[in-house]
Amino acid sequence: MPVFYGTDIASSLMLGTAQYPSPKVLADAFRRSGAGVATVSLRRESAAGGAGRAFGDLIRGLGVPVLPNTAGCHSVRDAVTTAHMAREVFGTDWIKLEVIGHPDTLQPDPFGLVEAARILAADGFKVFPYTTEDGVLAGRLLDAGCRVLMPWGAPIGTGRGLANPYALRTLRAQFPDVPMVIDAGLGLPSHAAQAMELGFDAVLLNTAVAKAGDPAAMAEAFALAVRAGRLAHGADPMEPRDMAAPSTPVLGLAVLE
Amino acid sequence: MNIIVNGEPRQVTAPDLAGALAELGYGGARVATAVNGAFVPAGARAGQALAEGDRVEVLAPRQGG
Repeated sequence: MPVFYGTDIASSLMLGTAQYPSPKVLADAFRRSGAGVATVSLRRESAAGGAGRAFGDLIRGLGVPVLPNTAGCHSVRDAVTTAHMAREVFGTDWIKLEVIGHPDTLQPDPFGLVEAARILAADGFKVFPYTTEDGVLAGRLLDAGCRVLMPWGAPIGTGRGLANPYALRTLRAQFPDVPMVIDAGLGLPSHAAQAMELGFDAVLLNTAVAKAGDPAAMAEAFALAVRAGRLAHGADPMEPRDMAAPSTPVLGLAVLE
Repeated sequence: MNIIVNGEPRQVTAPDLAGALAELGYGGARVATAVNGAFVPAGARAGQALAEGDRVEVLAPRQGG
């Protein structure tokens, strides 16, 4: 199972907490899947409020480590300030660092990401950067103090699966000892299985479960796929080949003509 | 004094952030605060003077992906 910054995680499935039809469905999805980490955010609280307290109680009840994000931040300053606010409210130095570079693609801003990661790591944060499959960028993030990387599968909310499996395979091979999570873009359990088969340590998804007709069932399906993919990677898969090769022995074949 | 709280214009009499939060009804809430884009830890709110036009953000836990 994955180890992030010295913490053992109970499952390779990490789930977001947004977009569920109700708090009960959210809790059911976590229970049924055994997800190992819950991602959360910070948003404006009204004075009449109480929404933050109710949600905080719900999340604590899940009994899994919480990973706050800086979702929606488009600048280094916003992301760093949000990280500090999250650390105080959630009582954790883990931060899923998002510095978004474009509103339509929600692609990470690689330059801002490295700068924010350096500032936060120096300030004691354990940074989980939402990044691309770019290997040079990955190296810069490690230099900045990140000890976990979270390359995207595809842009957030698209559900397209691994858009660039070749580059992800290369990234995995380039940094074999760095815990890596495929974050975003997964739509189906088969996408999660593929990520795990490639040797990634975990997957993080939200929309694919929360927007399914039966979120708890889909969460369990992802948990099974993650387990299958992880087992398959450890079992050393065969190499694909171009030409057919008979699986049934040719030796001993009857001669019937 | 007129300040902006979570994007909305508000009037407060307290001269500091801790007093303003209490005045606005946030007493006891589990929130994080920033003034003019800079994080203000809970323990520093009483010492954080507010000025006319300051932008205050008051955030709390929410759903996230």
